[in-house]
Amino acid sequence: MINRRDFLRTMGIAAGGTTLAGISGLASASGSAAKGHIVVVGGGFGGATAAKYLRMWSNGSVEVTLIERNTQFISCPISNLVIGGLQQMDDISVSYDNLRDKWGVKVLTDEVTALDPDKRTVATAKHGTIGYDRVVLSPGIDFIPGAIAGLEGNQELIPHAWKAGPQTVLLRKQLEDMADGGVFAMTIPRAPYRCPPGPYERACLVANYLREAKPKSKVLVLDANDEIQSKKALFTKAFESYGALIEYVPGSKLEAVDAASRTAKLEFDDVQADVLNVIPPMRAGNIATQAGLPLINERWVEVEWLSMEAKGVPGVHVLGDAIFPAPTMPKSGHMANQHAKLAAAAILNLLEGKAPSATPVVMNTCYSFVDGKNVIHVASVHQYDAEKQQPMPVEGAGGVSLVANELEAKTAMGWARNIWADMLA
Amino acid sequence: MKIRIAVAMLAVTGVGGIAQAQDADPNLARNLAATCATCHGTNGHSLKGMDSLAGEPAEKLMEKLADFRSGDKPATIMHQIVKGYTDEQLSLISDWFAAQK
Repeated sequence: MINRRDFLRTMGIAAGGTTLAGISGLASASGSAAKGHIVVVGGGFGGATAAKYLRMWSNGSVEVTLIERNTQFISCPISNLVIGGLQQMDDISVSYDNLRDKWGVKVLTDEVTALDPDKRTVATAKHGTIGYDRVVLSPGIDFIPGAIAGLEGNQELIPHAWKAGPQTVLLRKQLEDMADGGVFAMTIPRAPYRCPPGPYERACLVANYLREAKPKSKVLVLDANDEIQSKKALFTKAFESYGALIEYVPGSKLEAVDAASRTAKLEFDDVQADVLNVIPPMRAGNIATQAGLPLINERWVEVEWLSMEAKGVPGVHVLGDAIFPAPTMPKSGHMANQHAKLAAAAILNLLEGKAPSATPVVMNTCYSFVDGKNVIHVASVHQYDAEKQQPMPVEGAGGVSLVANELEAKTAMGWARNIWADMLA
Repeated sequence: MKIRIAVAMLAVTGVGGIAQAQDADPNLARNLAATCATCHGTNGHSLKGMDSLAGEPAEKLMEKLADFRSGDKPATIMHQIVKGYTDEQLSLISDWFAAQK
Protein backbone atom coordinates (compact mmCIF):
# COMPACT_ATOMS: atom_id res chain seq x y z
CA MET A 1 0.00 0.00 0.00
CA ILE A 2 1.07 3.54 -0.58
CA ASN A 3 -0.38 6.68 0.79
CA ARG A 4 -1.43 9.91 -0.73
CA ARG A 5 1.63 11.91 0.28
CA ASP A 6 4.03 9.39 -1.22
CA PHE A 7 1.92 9.27 -4.33
CA LEU A 8 1.93 13.04 -4.70
CA ARG A 9 5.65 13.26 -4.01
CA THR A 10 6.47 10.61 -6.57
CA MET A 11 4.16 11.93 -9.25
CA GLY A 12 5.26 15.51 -8.65
CA ILE A 13 1.71 16.77 -8.25
CA ALA A 14 1.03 19.70 -5.97
CA ALA A 15 -1.59 19.02 -3.31
CA GLY A 16 -4.25 21.23 -4.86
CA GLY A 17 -7.92 20.43 -4.45
CA THR A 18 -8.76 20.62 -8.14
CA THR A 19 -5.88 18.36 -9.11
CA LEU A 20 -6.94 15.77 -6.56
CA ALA A 21 -10.59 15.83 -7.48
CA GLY A 22 -9.71 14.68 -10.97
CA ILE A 23 -8.09 11.47 -9.79
CA SER A 24 -10.53 8.73 -8.99
CA GLY A 25 -10.32 7.24 -5.54
CA LEU A 26 -8.19 9.94 -3.97
CA ALA A 27 -10.88 12.50 -3.32
CA SER A 28 -12.46 10.44 -0.55
CA ALA A 29 -9.19 9.32 1.00
CA SER A 30 -9.34 11.70 3.95
CA GLY A 31 -12.77 10.99 5.32
CA SER A 32 -16.16 9.40 4.99
CA ALA A 33 -19.37 10.67 3.48
CA ALA A 34 -21.42 8.08 5.35
CA LYS A 35 -24.91 9.03 6.45
CA GLY A 36 -27.06 7.44 9.10
CA HIS A 37 -27.97 7.25 12.76
CA ILE A 38 -25.87 5.16 15.11
CA VAL A 39 -27.05 4.36 18.61
CA VAL A 40 -24.24 3.52 21.04
CA VAL A 41 -25.28 1.65 24.17
CA GLY A 42 -22.84 2.12 27.04
CA GLY A 43 -20.41 5.00 27.60
CA GLY A 44 -17.37 3.11 28.87
CA PHE A 45 -14.01 2.59 27.16
CA GLY A 46 -15.65 0.96 24.13
CA GLY A 47 -18.83 2.99 23.70
CA ALA A 48 -17.42 6.47 24.36
CA THR A 49 -14.55 5.83 21.93
CA ALA A 50 -16.94 4.56 19.27
CA ALA A 51 -19.20 7.62 19.65
CA LYS A 52 -16.32 10.08 19.30
CA TYR A 53 -14.58 8.31 16.42
CA LEU A 54 -17.82 7.85 14.45
CA ARG A 55 -18.36 11.61 14.61
CA MET A 56 -14.72 12.50 14.00
CA TRP A 57 -14.11 10.14 11.09
CA SER A 58 -17.40 11.05 9.38
CA ASN A 59 -16.71 14.77 9.82
CA GLY A 60 -20.03 14.90 11.62
CA SER A 61 -22.02 13.36 8.77
CA VAL A 62 -23.42 10.47 10.84
CA GLU A 63 -25.66 11.14 13.81
CA VAL A 64 -24.63 9.44 17.03
CA THR A 65 -26.77 8.93 20.13
CA LEU A 66 -24.94 7.61 23.18
CA ILE A 67 -27.11 6.04 25.87
CA GLU A 68 -25.40 5.65 29.25
CA ARG A 69 -27.00 5.15 32.65
CA ASN A 70 -24.38 7.07 34.64
CA THR A 71 -24.01 10.85 34.45
CA GLN A 72 -20.23 10.67 34.23
CA PHE A 73 -17.57 8.18 33.22
CA ILE A 74 -15.76 6.50 36.12
CA SER A 75 -12.68 4.50 35.17
CA CYS A 76 -12.09 0.94 36.37
CA PRO A 77 -8.38 1.20 35.49
CA ILE A 78 -6.74 3.27 38.29
CA SER A 79 -9.72 2.54 40.61
CA ASN A 80 -7.58 0.08 42.59
CA LEU A 81 -5.52 3.14 43.57
CA VAL A 82 -8.66 4.65 45.09
CA ILE A 83 -9.26 1.44 47.05
CA GLY A 84 -5.63 1.58 48.18
CA GLY A 85 -6.06 5.21 49.33
CA LEU A 86 -3.65 6.69 46.75
CA GLN A 87 -6.20 8.43 44.48
CA GLN A 88 -9.63 9.98 44.90
CA MET A 89 -12.85 9.33 42.96
CA ASP A 90 -12.49 12.74 41.27
CA ASP A 91 -9.19 11.57 39.78
CA ILE A 92 -10.88 8.72 37.90
CA SER A 93 -14.09 10.54 36.86
CA VAL A 94 -14.56 12.28 33.50
CA SER A 95 -17.59 14.19 32.20
CA TYR A 96 -19.45 13.43 28.96
CA ASP A 97 -19.66 17.18 28.18
CA ASN A 98 -17.02 17.14 25.44
CA LEU A 99 -18.69 14.26 23.62
CA ARG A 100 -21.85 16.37 23.54
CA ASP A 101 -20.49 19.91 23.07
CA LYS A 102 -17.33 19.33 21.05
CA TRP A 103 -18.19 16.21 19.06
CA GLY A 104 -21.93 16.65 18.66
CA VAL A 105 -22.88 13.32 20.20
CA LYS A 106 -26.41 13.25 21.59
CA VAL A 107 -25.82 11.96 25.13
CA LEU A 108 -28.83 10.46 26.91
CA THR A 109 -28.62 9.52 30.58
CA ASP A 110 -30.85 6.51 30.34
CA GLU A 111 -30.98 2.75 30.29
CA VAL A 112 -31.65 0.51 27.30
CA THR A 113 -34.20 -2.12 28.30
CA ALA A 114 -34.56 -4.00 25.01
CA LEU A 115 -33.04 -4.35 21.56
CA ASP A 116 -34.95 -5.36 18.42
CA PRO A 117 -32.39 -6.19 15.70
CA ASP A 118 -35.15 -6.82 13.11
CA LYS A 119 -36.93 -3.49 13.56
CA ARG A 120 -33.59 -1.80 14.33
CA THR A 121 -34.82 -0.15 17.50
CA VAL A 122 -33.79 0.09 21.13
CA ALA A 123 -36.29 0.57 23.95
CA THR A 124 -35.22 2.91 26.75
CA ALA A 125 -36.50 3.51 30.27
CA LYS A 126 -37.02 7.27 29.85
CA HIS A 127 -36.77 8.20 26.17
CA GLY A 128 -39.12 5.67 24.58
CA THR A 129 -38.15 3.68 21.51
CA ILE A 130 -35.25 4.91 19.40
CA GLY A 131 -34.54 3.75 15.84
CA TYR A 132 -31.07 3.20 14.39
CA ASP A 133 -29.31 2.30 11.18
CA ARG A 134 -26.63 0.50 13.15
CA VAL A 135 -26.23 -0.03 16.89
CA VAL A 136 -23.04 -0.37 18.93
CA LEU A 137 -23.41 -2.38 22.14
CA SER A 138 -20.65 -1.82 24.64
CA PRO A 139 -22.41 -3.02 27.77
CA GLY A 140 -19.42 -4.33 29.69
CA ILE A 141 -20.12 -7.18 32.06
CA ASP A 142 -22.87 -8.21 34.46
CA PHE A 143 -22.66 -10.79 37.19
CA ILE A 144 -24.33 -14.16 36.65
CA PRO A 145 -27.39 -14.32 38.88
CA GLY A 146 -27.35 -17.20 41.35
CA ALA A 147 -23.76 -18.23 40.55
CA ILE A 148 -22.74 -17.73 44.20
CA ALA A 149 -25.41 -18.82 46.69
CA GLY A 150 -26.25 -16.13 49.24
CA LEU A 151 -24.64 -13.27 47.30
CA GLU A 152 -27.77 -11.91 45.61
CA GLY A 153 -28.84 -8.58 47.14
CA ASN A 154 -25.86 -8.44 49.51
CA GLN A 155 -23.45 -6.32 47.52
CA GLU A 156 -23.39 -3.67 50.27
CA LEU A 157 -22.10 -6.20 52.80
CA ILE A 158 -19.92 -7.99 50.28
CA PRO A 159 -18.80 -5.45 47.66
CA HIS A 160 -17.44 -6.49 44.28
CA ALA A 161 -15.99 -3.09 43.30
CA TRP A 162 -15.59 -4.58 39.80
CA LYS A 163 -17.55 -1.71 38.26
CA ALA A 164 -16.01 1.56 39.35
CA GLY A 165 -18.36 3.93 41.20
CA PRO A 166 -20.18 3.66 44.53
CA GLN A 167 -18.83 0.12 44.96
CA THR A 168 -15.27 1.48 44.82
CA VAL A 169 -16.07 4.00 47.57
CA LEU A 170 -17.77 1.31 49.64
CA LEU A 171 -14.85 -1.12 49.51
CA ARG A 172 -12.42 1.68 50.42
CA LYS A 173 -14.62 2.61 53.39
CA GLN A 174 -14.79 -1.00 54.63
CA LEU A 175 -11.02 -1.24 54.36
CA GLU A 176 -10.60 2.00 56.32
CA ASP A 177 -13.02 0.79 59.00
CA MET A 178 -11.30 -2.58 59.40
CA ALA A 179 -9.35 -2.97 62.64
CA ASP A 180 -5.62 -3.71 62.65
CA GLY A 181 -5.26 -7.48 62.62
CA GLY A 182 -8.27 -7.94 60.36
CA VAL A 183 -8.56 -10.21 57.33
CA PHE A 184 -9.29 -8.74 53.90
CA ALA A 185 -10.36 -11.69 51.74
CA MET A 186 -10.98 -11.43 48.02
CA THR A 187 -12.21 -14.05 45.60
CA ILE A 188 -11.34 -14.26 41.90
CA PRO A 189 -13.61 -16.09 39.44
CA ARG A 190 -12.41 -18.46 36.76
CA ALA A 191 -11.04 -16.79 33.63
CA PRO A 192 -12.10 -15.18 31.38
CA TYR A 193 -13.17 -12.22 33.49
CA ARG A 194 -12.86 -8.44 33.12
CA CYS A 195 -9.28 -7.18 33.61
CA PRO A 196 -7.04 -10.25 34.06
CA PRO A 197 -4.35 -8.50 36.19
CA GLY A 198 -6.87 -6.39 38.16
CA PRO A 199 -7.44 -8.71 41.14
CA TYR A 200 -3.71 -9.17 41.73
CA GLU A 201 -3.09 -5.43 41.48
CA ARG A 202 -5.86 -4.91 44.02
CA ALA A 203 -4.32 -7.42 46.42
CA CYS A 204 -1.01 -5.53 46.18
CA LEU A 205 -2.55 -2.09 46.72
CA VAL A 206 -4.66 -3.23 49.67
CA ALA A 207 -1.54 -4.80 51.19
CA ASN A 208 0.40 -1.60 50.45
CA TYR A 209 -2.17 0.35 52.48
CA LEU A 210 -2.31 -2.19 55.30
CA ARG A 211 1.49 -2.35 55.59
CA GLU A 212 1.46 1.33 56.53
CA ALA A 213 -1.84 1.66 58.37
CA LYS A 214 -2.64 -1.77 59.86
CA PRO A 215 0.43 -3.99 59.66
CA LYS A 216 -1.01 -6.88 61.71
CA SER A 217 -3.69 -7.45 59.06
CA LYS A 218 -3.76 -9.90 56.19
CA VAL A 219 -4.84 -10.05 52.56
CA LEU A 220 -6.18 -13.45 51.59
CA VAL A 221 -6.43 -14.00 47.81
CA LEU A 222 -8.77 -16.87 46.99
CA ASP A 223 -8.34 -17.61 43.29
CA ALA A 224 -10.65 -20.04 41.49
CA ASN A 225 -7.91 -20.40 38.89
CA ASP A 226 -4.93 -22.71 39.34
CA GLU A 227 -2.44 -19.88 38.96
CA ILE A 228 -2.10 -16.11 38.63
CA GLN A 229 -3.74 -15.16 35.32
CA SER A 230 -1.56 -12.25 34.18
CA LYS A 231 2.08 -11.21 34.67
CA LYS A 232 2.47 -14.30 36.88
CA ALA A 233 6.20 -14.08 37.65
CA LEU A 234 6.00 -10.34 38.39
CA PHE A 235 2.96 -10.62 40.65
CA THR A 236 4.47 -13.64 42.41
CA LYS A 237 7.50 -11.49 43.19
CA ALA A 238 5.30 -8.61 44.31
CA PHE A 239 3.29 -10.87 46.62
CA GLU A 240 6.54 -12.17 48.13
CA SER A 241 7.66 -8.61 48.83
CA TYR A 242 4.68 -8.22 51.18
CA GLY A 243 5.72 -11.28 53.23
CA ALA A 244 2.97 -12.62 55.47
CA LEU A 245 0.69 -9.70 54.55
CA ILE A 246 -0.51 -11.50 51.39
CA GLU A 247 -1.52 -15.13 51.27
CA TYR A 248 -2.31 -16.43 47.77
CA VAL A 249 -4.43 -19.58 47.55
CA PRO A 250 -4.97 -20.91 44.02
CA GLY A 251 -7.70 -23.42 43.17
CA SER A 252 -10.09 -21.81 45.66
CA LYS A 253 -13.48 -21.94 44.03
CA LEU A 254 -16.14 -19.91 45.82
CA GLU A 255 -19.51 -21.66 46.02
CA ALA A 256 -21.52 -19.63 48.51
CA VAL A 257 -21.31 -16.78 51.00
CA ASP A 258 -22.88 -16.01 54.34
CA ALA A 259 -23.27 -12.27 54.13
CA ALA A 260 -24.04 -11.61 57.81
CA SER A 261 -20.78 -13.20 59.01
CA ARG A 262 -18.81 -12.31 55.85
CA THR A 263 -17.95 -15.95 55.30
CA ALA A 264 -16.73 -17.32 51.99
CA LYS A 265 -17.74 -20.94 51.50
CA LEU A 266 -15.23 -22.69 49.30
CA GLU A 267 -15.35 -26.22 47.97
CA PHE A 268 -13.45 -27.66 50.95
CA ASP A 269 -13.22 -24.82 53.43
CA ASP A 270 -15.02 -21.87 55.02
CA VAL A 271 -13.19 -18.57 55.40
CA GLN A 272 -14.47 -15.83 57.66
CA ALA A 273 -13.24 -12.34 56.82
CA ASP A 274 -13.52 -8.81 58.19
CA VAL A 275 -13.82 -7.40 54.69
CA LEU A 276 -15.01 -9.78 51.98
CA ASN A 277 -14.51 -8.66 48.39
CA VAL A 278 -16.18 -11.14 46.05
CA ILE A 279 -15.55 -10.67 42.33
CA PRO A 280 -18.44 -12.81 41.09
CA PRO A 281 -18.52 -14.94 37.93
CA MET A 282 -19.52 -12.68 35.06
CA ARG A 283 -20.76 -12.59 31.48
CA ALA A 284 -21.67 -10.08 28.77
CA GLY A 285 -23.76 -7.13 29.99
CA ASN A 286 -27.47 -7.90 30.42
CA ILE A 287 -28.67 -6.14 27.27
CA ALA A 288 -26.47 -8.46 25.18
CA THR A 289 -27.65 -11.64 26.86
CA GLN A 290 -31.32 -10.53 26.87
CA ALA A 291 -31.35 -9.53 23.19
CA GLY A 292 -30.80 -13.11 22.07
CA LEU A 293 -27.37 -12.46 20.56
CA PRO A 294 -25.24 -15.56 19.90
CA LEU A 295 -23.28 -16.43 23.04
CA ILE A 296 -20.28 -18.69 23.55
CA ASN A 297 -20.33 -20.70 26.79
CA GLU A 298 -23.63 -18.90 27.46
CA ARG A 299 -21.57 -15.89 28.49
CA TRP A 300 -19.83 -13.94 25.75
CA VAL A 301 -21.08 -12.59 22.42
CA GLU A 302 -19.61 -14.21 19.31
CA VAL A 303 -18.58 -11.53 16.80
CA GLU A 304 -17.47 -11.25 13.19
CA TRP A 305 -14.09 -9.65 13.68
CA LEU A 306 -13.96 -7.48 10.55
CA SER A 307 -17.07 -5.53 11.58
CA MET A 308 -17.50 -6.49 15.26
CA GLU A 309 -21.09 -7.47 14.41
CA ALA A 310 -22.67 -10.18 16.50
CA LYS A 311 -22.50 -13.35 14.41
CA GLY A 312 -25.61 -13.60 12.26
CA VAL A 313 -27.09 -10.34 13.56
CA PRO A 314 -26.36 -7.64 10.98
CA GLY A 315 -26.33 -4.08 12.25
CA VAL A 316 -25.54 -4.99 15.87
CA HIS A 317 -21.87 -4.29 16.65
CA VAL A 318 -20.60 -5.51 20.02
CA LEU A 319 -17.41 -4.31 21.72
CA GLY A 320 -15.22 -4.70 24.73
CA ASP A 321 -15.57 -7.01 27.70
CA ALA A 322 -18.91 -8.39 26.44
CA ILE A 323 -17.45 -10.35 23.52
CA PHE A 324 -15.82 -13.77 23.34
CA PRO A 325 -12.20 -12.73 22.95
CA ALA A 326 -9.79 -13.80 20.21
CA PRO A 327 -6.83 -15.91 21.41
CA THR A 328 -4.85 -14.21 24.22
CA MET A 329 -6.92 -11.05 23.88
CA PRO A 330 -7.66 -9.59 27.33
CA LYS A 331 -10.90 -8.02 28.51
CA SER A 332 -9.45 -4.58 29.10
CA GLY A 333 -10.41 -0.94 28.67
CA HIS A 334 -7.51 -0.49 26.29
CA MET A 335 -8.74 -3.36 24.11
CA ALA A 336 -12.32 -2.00 24.18
CA ASN A 337 -10.96 1.33 22.88
CA GLN A 338 -9.28 -0.58 20.04
CA HIS A 339 -12.42 -2.61 19.27
CA ALA A 340 -14.32 0.67 19.09
CA LYS A 341 -12.05 2.14 16.42
CA LEU A 342 -12.20 -1.08 14.39
CA ALA A 343 -16.01 -0.99 14.61
CA ALA A 344 -16.26 2.76 13.85
CA ALA A 345 -14.19 2.36 10.69
CA ALA A 346 -16.22 -0.69 9.63
CA ILE A 347 -19.56 1.02 10.31
CA LEU A 348 -18.66 4.07 8.22
CA ASN A 349 -17.59 1.79 5.35
CA LEU A 350 -20.78 -0.28 5.62
CA LEU A 351 -22.98 2.84 5.63
CA GLU A 352 -21.31 3.80 2.35
CA GLY A 353 -21.92 0.35 0.90
CA LYS A 354 -18.25 -0.63 1.15
CA ALA A 355 -16.70 -3.67 2.78
CA PRO A 356 -14.92 -3.17 6.12
CA SER A 357 -11.13 -3.10 6.10
CA ALA A 358 -9.78 -6.61 5.54
CA THR A 359 -6.59 -6.08 7.56
CA PRO A 360 -7.45 -4.59 10.96
CA VAL A 361 -4.93 -4.46 13.81
CA VAL A 362 -5.60 -4.08 17.53
CA MET A 363 -3.16 -3.86 20.39
CA ASN A 364 -3.22 -3.82 24.17
CA THR A 365 -1.30 -2.50 27.12
CA CYS A 366 -2.25 -3.04 30.76
CA TYR A 367 -0.32 -1.35 33.55
CA SER A 368 -0.59 -2.63 37.13
CA PHE A 369 0.66 -0.97 40.31
CA VAL A 370 2.35 -3.38 42.70
CA ASP A 371 2.72 -0.65 45.34
CA GLY A 372 2.40 3.14 45.47
CA LYS A 373 5.45 3.71 43.29
CA ASN A 374 6.17 0.69 41.11
CA VAL A 375 4.36 -0.59 38.06
CA ILE A 376 4.48 -3.58 35.71
CA HIS A 377 2.94 -3.90 32.24
CA VAL A 378 1.81 -6.49 29.74
CA ALA A 379 1.50 -5.62 26.04
CA SER A 380 0.40 -7.42 22.88
CA VAL A 381 -0.36 -6.71 19.21
CA HIS A 382 -3.03 -8.66 17.32
CA GLN A 383 -3.13 -8.77 13.50
CA TYR A 384 -6.18 -10.10 11.67
CA ASP A 385 -5.62 -13.60 10.31
CA ALA A 386 -7.78 -14.12 7.22
CA GLU A 387 -7.61 -17.91 7.49
CA LYS A 388 -8.58 -18.05 11.15
CA GLN A 389 -11.02 -15.14 10.68
CA GLN A 390 -9.93 -13.47 13.88
CA PRO A 391 -7.05 -11.34 15.20
CA MET A 392 -4.07 -13.40 16.31
CA PRO A 393 -1.27 -12.25 18.62
CA VAL A 394 1.93 -11.47 16.72
CA GLU A 395 4.61 -13.93 17.76
CA GLY A 396 7.73 -12.27 19.11
CA ALA A 397 5.88 -9.03 19.83
CA GLY A 398 4.50 -7.83 23.15
CA GLY A 399 5.64 -8.98 26.55
CA VAL A 400 5.92 -7.83 30.14
CA SER A 401 8.17 -5.57 32.22
CA LEU A 402 11.53 -7.00 33.25
CA VAL A 403 10.95 -5.83 36.82
CA ALA A 404 8.52 -3.56 38.63
CA ASN A 405 9.79 -0.01 38.21
CA GLU A 406 9.07 3.63 39.00
CA LEU A 407 9.38 4.88 35.43
CA GLU A 408 6.32 2.88 34.39
CA ALA A 409 4.31 4.40 37.23
CA LYS A 410 4.62 7.71 35.38
CA THR A 411 3.80 5.99 32.09
CA ALA A 412 0.76 4.34 33.65
CA MET A 413 -0.70 7.68 34.69
CA GLY A 414 0.16 9.12 31.26
CA TRP A 415 -1.64 6.16 29.71
CA ALA A 416 -4.73 6.87 31.83
CA ARG A 417 -4.84 10.58 30.99
CA ASN A 418 -4.39 9.89 27.30
CA ILE A 419 -6.90 7.07 26.93
CA TRP A 420 -9.54 9.05 28.85
CA ALA A 421 -8.89 11.96 26.49
CA ASP A 422 -8.96 9.68 23.44
CA MET A 423 -12.45 8.59 24.50
CA LEU A 424 -13.92 11.74 25.96
CA ALA A 425 -11.94 14.91 25.20
CA MET B 1 13.07 1.94 2.53
CA LYS B 2 10.74 -0.70 1.12
CA ILE B 3 7.78 1.59 0.66
CA ARG B 4 9.67 4.09 -1.44
CA ILE B 5 10.72 1.36 -3.83
CA ALA B 6 7.16 0.14 -4.01
CA VAL B 7 5.99 3.66 -4.79
CA ALA B 8 8.54 4.10 -7.52
CA MET B 9 7.56 0.82 -9.11
CA LEU B 10 3.88 1.58 -8.95
CA ALA B 11 4.45 5.01 -10.41
CA VAL B 12 5.59 3.58 -13.72
CA THR B 13 2.49 1.41 -13.93
CA GLY B 14 0.42 4.56 -14.11
CA VAL B 15 -2.34 6.33 -12.23
CA GLY B 16 -4.91 3.58 -12.74
CA GLY B 17 -3.04 1.02 -10.65
CA ILE B 18 -2.51 3.48 -7.85
CA ALA B 19 -6.12 4.56 -7.77
CA GLN B 20 -7.08 0.91 -7.39
CA ALA B 21 -4.68 0.42 -4.50
CA GLN B 22 -6.24 3.45 -2.82
CA ASP B 23 -9.76 2.12 -3.47
CA ALA B 24 -8.87 -1.11 -1.70
CA ASP B 25 -8.55 0.58 1.68
CA PRO B 26 -8.16 4.36 1.60
CA ASN B 27 -8.36 4.58 5.39
CA LEU B 28 -5.73 1.98 6.21
CA ALA B 29 -3.13 4.47 7.46
CA ARG B 30 -5.74 6.33 9.53
CA ASN B 31 -6.98 3.08 11.07
CA LEU B 32 -3.49 1.83 11.88
CA ALA B 33 -2.48 5.15 13.42
CA ALA B 34 -5.61 5.04 15.58
CA THR B 35 -4.19 1.97 17.34
CA CYS B 36 -1.39 4.25 18.63
CA ALA B 37 -3.76 7.04 19.67
CA THR B 38 -4.90 5.16 22.77
CA CYS B 39 -1.61 6.15 24.44
CA HIS B 40 -0.29 8.88 22.13
CA GLY B 41 -3.48 10.95 21.88
CA THR B 42 -6.22 11.31 19.29
CA ASN B 43 -4.53 11.95 15.92
CA GLY B 44 -1.20 11.91 17.77
CA HIS B 45 -1.86 14.96 19.95
CA SER B 46 -0.93 13.59 23.35
CA LEU B 47 -1.38 14.97 26.80
CA LYS B 48 1.60 15.04 29.12
CA GLY B 49 3.25 11.77 30.00
CA MET B 50 3.43 10.42 26.43
CA ASP B 51 5.24 11.56 23.28
CA SER B 52 3.12 13.55 20.83
CA LEU B 53 3.41 12.15 17.31
CA ALA B 54 1.36 14.70 15.34
CA GLY B 55 3.44 16.72 12.89
CA GLU B 56 6.67 14.85 13.63
CA PRO B 57 8.70 14.22 10.46
CA ALA B 58 8.01 10.72 9.14
CA GLU B 59 11.72 9.97 8.76
CA LYS B 60 12.31 10.79 12.42
CA LEU B 61 9.42 8.58 13.54
CA MET B 62 10.64 5.69 11.37
CA GLU B 63 14.14 6.06 12.76
CA LYS B 64 12.84 5.96 16.34
CA LEU B 65 10.73 2.91 15.60
CA ALA B 66 13.69 1.15 13.98
CA ASP B 67 15.80 1.94 17.05
CA PHE B 68 13.10 0.55 19.35
CA ARG B 69 13.03 -2.61 17.24
CA SER B 70 16.80 -3.07 17.25
CA GLY B 71 17.12 -2.17 20.92
CA ASP B 72 19.36 0.82 20.17
CA LYS B 73 16.81 3.07 21.85
CA PRO B 74 16.01 1.93 25.40
CA ALA B 75 12.31 1.54 26.09
CA THR B 76 9.94 0.23 28.71
CA ILE B 77 7.32 -1.02 26.25
CA MET B 78 7.78 0.30 22.69
CA HIS B 79 10.42 -2.31 21.84
CA GLN B 80 7.72 -4.93 22.40
CA ILE B 81 4.91 -3.11 20.60
CA VAL B 82 6.88 -2.12 17.48
CA LYS B 83 7.54 -5.79 16.71
CA GLY B 84 3.80 -6.34 16.25
CA TYR B 85 3.65 -4.18 13.11
CA THR B 86 5.16 -4.73 9.65
CA ASP B 87 7.60 -2.18 8.19
CA GLU B 88 4.94 -1.26 5.67
CA GLN B 89 2.43 -0.58 8.46
CA LEU B 90 4.95 1.48 10.43
CA SER B 91 5.67 3.52 7.33
CA LEU B 92 1.97 4.22 6.76
CA ILE B 93 1.58 5.18 10.42
CA SER B 94 4.62 7.49 10.39
CA ASP B 95 3.49 9.25 7.22
CA TRP B 96 0.01 9.65 8.62
CA PHE B 97 1.17 11.22 11.90
CA ALA B 98 3.63 13.44 10.04
CA ALA B 99 0.71 14.85 8.03
CA GLN B 100 -1.29 15.80 11.14
CA LYS B 101 -1.25 19.49 11.99
